Amino acid sequence: MANMFDLATFTIILSAVLILYRLVIGPFVFNRILAVNFFGTKTVVILLLIGFMYGRPDLFIDIAFVYVLINFTAVLAFLKYVESGRFDR
Amino acid sequence: MHMDIRVILTGLFLVIGCFLFLVASIGVIRFPDFFTRMHAAGKADSLGQACIIIGLMIYSGFTQVSLKLLIIMITIFIINTTATHYLAKAAFMKGVKPWMKGNKYGETDPFAVSSAANVVGKKTKAKAKR
Repeated sequence: MANMFDLATFTIILSAVLILYRLVIGPFVFNRILAVNFFGTKTVVILLLIGFMYGRPDLFIDIAFVYVLINFTAVLAFLKYVESGRFDR
Repeated sequence: MHMDIRVILTGLFLVIGCFLFLVASIGVIRFPDFFTRMHAAGKADSLGQACIIIGLMIYSGFTQVSLKLLIIMITIFIINTTATHYLAKAAFMKGVKPWMKGNKYGETDPFAVSSAANVVGKKTKAKAKR
């Protein structure tokens, strides 16, 4: 049964590597923030799949949930900084 | 090996989710400007993670793990759409022009620091002032 999760993880890692292209040569900062947001969602799904691959999903689910919140906060903070030039408005 | 219906459904949902993720990343690479890229990333990404997590919920059965997976799925749904909306608003307020049909291929850089043509234009303007 672990074979199914392995294949899914490899496919998601392939699409994450394809996203790195937009992260490196994105023409300006908004494309890079878009790529970072996209990469964060893929990271959460890869963490969940790794938990099911090892047979202990209850260890990895909390890490994945914390990563969701950190990713959201990071994207909003980057956007606020880019939009107004400072963090407090 | 005994294949029950649970494993088959899980594999089906995983295949759908991986396909949506691949389509979303190909769209982010191939689309011509920023707003169309966001169209690819915002929707296919949310649906892909929803399909994969629904597959994992079917695999894990009716347990506490399944409840936590449901909470993660709903949170990613809300958070991803909020981040996409704020990204579009910030880019539009900052002056990224949408790509129209008759336009030449290319993007408008709202910061215009890295563009070589703008640097040349500034230099000639400075020369004209002198």
